[in-house]
Order: sequence, then C-alpha cells, then structure tokens
Amino acid sequence: MVAVLDSDLRQRAWDAAAQVVDPEIPVLTIADLGVLREVAVHDGKVEVAITPTYSGCPAMNMIALEIELALERAGFARPTVRTVLSPAWTTDWMSEDGRAKLRDYGIAPPQASSSRRALFGEQQVACPQCGSTNTEVLSEFGSTSCKALWRCKACREPFDYFKCH
Amino acid sequence: MTTASIKVSETPLVLYTLRRADDALVLGHRLSEWCGHAPMLEEDMALANMGLDLLGQARELYSYAAKVEGKGNDEDKFAYLRDVRQYRNLLLLEQPNGDFARTMVRQFFYSVFADLYWRAMMKSADPTLAAVAAKSEKESAYHVRHTSEWIVRLGDGTEESHRRAQSAIDELWAFTGEMFAVDDSERGLIDAGIAVDPTGLRAQWLKTITNVVNEATLTLPKNDWMQQGGRIGHHSEHLGHLLSELQSLQRTFPGATW
Repeated sequence: MVAVLDSDLRQRAWDAAAQVVDPEIPVLTIADLGVLREVAVHDGKVEVAITPTYSGCPAMNMIALEIELALERAGFARPTVRTVLSPAWTTDWMSEDGRAKLRDYGIAPPQASSSRRALFGEQQVACPQCGSTNTEVLSEFGSTSCKALWRCKACREPFDYFKCH
Repeated sequence: MTTASIKVSETPLVLYTLRRADDALVLGHRLSEWCGHAPMLEEDMALANMGLDLLGQARELYSYAAKVEGKGNDEDKFAYLRDVRQYRNLLLLEQPNGDFARTMVRQFFYSVFADLYWRAMMKSADPTLAAVAAKSEKESAYHVRHTSEWIVRLGDGTEESHRRAQSAIDELWAFTGEMFAVDDSERGLIDAGIAVDPTGLRAQWLKTITNVVNEATLTLPKNDWMQQGGRIGHHSEHLGHLLSELQSLQRTFPGATW
C-alpha cells in the first residue's frame, strides 16, 4: 500500500516540479531543459535532484527556490532540493519540445550535438526570425552564460543563440 | 571586530581541490574587476561571462573540498575566511589585470592549459572531479577560442597593440612553469588516477601557444627560469590586495548573509 501511495505522490511531485520555468528564459521549464533529474518520495517527504547547466549560472539558486515553493503549493511539506553534478548536464538533454519553444521565443536553439566538433563548427545557426542560415556571430558571450549574440544578414535582426554545452 | 581565519585540514585531496578552486576564484575575481571598464560592450560581457564560469567552477570545487574535509567548512568560509598564506592558487592568476593585452595574455596562457587539464580530468577516478571537469572543459574551450582570437588581433594589429601584447608575454612568461609543477602531495593522487600529471600536458600546451603567438607575429621569451610558490602559499604582493577587497564585507560584518 505504502509503495503505491509513494509512486502516486511521486508523479504529483514530479508534475509540480516540472512546471518550474527558467527565470532567464521563461518559456522553458526545467523539464524541457533537462535540469530536473529525479524526484523521490520517502515517507511522504519529497527530494528533488537537479543538475546545474553552466558552472556559474546564477539561475540555479532561483530554480531551487522555485521548486520548493511549487512543491509546497502542491501540498508537500518541507521538500528538499539537492544538486547532482554527475553526469554533467549537456544541451543534448534539451527536449525537442524545448528547442521548438526556444525558436518560437526568438532564441536559436543549440545544435543537436555538444561534441567538440559542434562546439567549434556551429557556423550554420539559423535565424529564429526568418529561418535564414546567412548569419554571423557578433559576440561569443551574450546576455547570460548560455547564450551568444548573433545577427541575421538576411533580415538584419540580431538574435540570441543558445550555445552548445 | 574581526573574523579569525579558519583552519583547514589539508589532506592531499582537500589540498588538491582547494588549489584548483583558488585558481578559479582568483582569476574569476580578476576578470570581474573589468566589469564596466572593458574597451567595448561585447568585451565587457565576455570578460564577465568568463569570470562567471570560473566563479561557478570555484563554487563546485570549494563545496567538494568542504565535503571531503568534513570539518564544517563550506564554500564561503574557504573563500572569505582564509588569509593570503592559506591561498593555493597559481601566481600567474593573481597578477594584476594591467592593460587589456595583459589580461588577455594571462587568460590565454591559463585557458589553453585549463582546456587540456580539464579534458584529461574527465577520466579522473574521482566522480565529482570528473563531473566538474566535464563542465569546465567546455567552458575552457570557449575561453581558448576567444583569447586566441584576441592574441592574434592584438599582436598582428597596430604597432601599439603589438608592443603591449609582446610586453605582456615577456612579463608573464616566468609564471607559466608553475602550471606544470607536481609536488609530493599530488604524486599519490596521480598514481591513484584521481589527478592528472600536468607534466604530460606541457608539450601540447606549448604547441598551441606557439602556433597562436607565431600567427600573431609575436615571440615567446627564450628564458626558462620559472617563478613558483603559489601552491604552498608564497604569493606575490598582489594577492593580499585582491583578498582585502574580496573579503572585506565578510571580515567587517562576520557571518553576514543576504
């Protein structure tokens, strides 16, 4: 009985935690990002495991706080959030759904593979506004750790590119 | 009222982790000093971003050192409550920013090393260090690319930019040997597969540095004499000034939190 109950609770807790969005990119949930790794329930107490994206990403503290609040709103008392480092997060974990949402939001999603070749061969970034691949990098480092600043030479719009990591 | 410095039980793994954490914190802090002062907006963002990457690496490493040590210290205590002589970073990384060329050369020398080092550390027998390495390796790769481009632009730019870049190389060269030094406390960790032997990285480091420096029409100094001491707490006069700024709030208002 207890096992069944815990698994129901686990699903409810997962659903609550999965709704939390990235404070810097509010169209992406932490489930889309692949940051939400594990939700465990022991004796009615929830423990959530998240993995950091970029080493210095300041959004992680905010995300952990938001998860605790979301779980308390869903009726879980004193939830805990822990950080797991291994295996290390990569942009490969971003869901297809997440990539589409990013594009719609005006941010070019990361290339499919975070291999070293992709890290250094990402010259074919399509403009999220007009779809042209006639684009150029303006700055390798953008408004947050995860982004670079690009410009479309077809429609002349500057845009953010979510870097491979 | 002042806050006393903490005591650290420097077992080989704690010391090893603190050395890398101090590298990342000190260089990250140096880069943060550029915030609002860089020659252009894009570069201001780039320097701050690289500094943030390093600060993130430092936090993960300090937290791990605290866990391994198991004496109730944490990332903040390691950063804020150790004196100069307790810091274990490379001398290269505490050198003042100087002009933009000097900051770029310092970053270039270190990032090329860090990229090779973290890539090798991904195979560490220690899962936490291997996980930190997997992140840091990608971040370092961006730093290498960014700084390499600047070295070429400065060296092969105007007479003035060439002169400044060359003088930065000449002044910082003697601090590069320390990156490849190994002492007894690290030997055991290398044998256990936890740490990487940095002497094995030097040839590749020198090859990359030489290629970029040649392309930049700059030259590497001939002298082989290398200054060491940072790993055992013998620092240049610059680190104390850096720490007095970094630690001032915590030393003035002990235990203050946001």
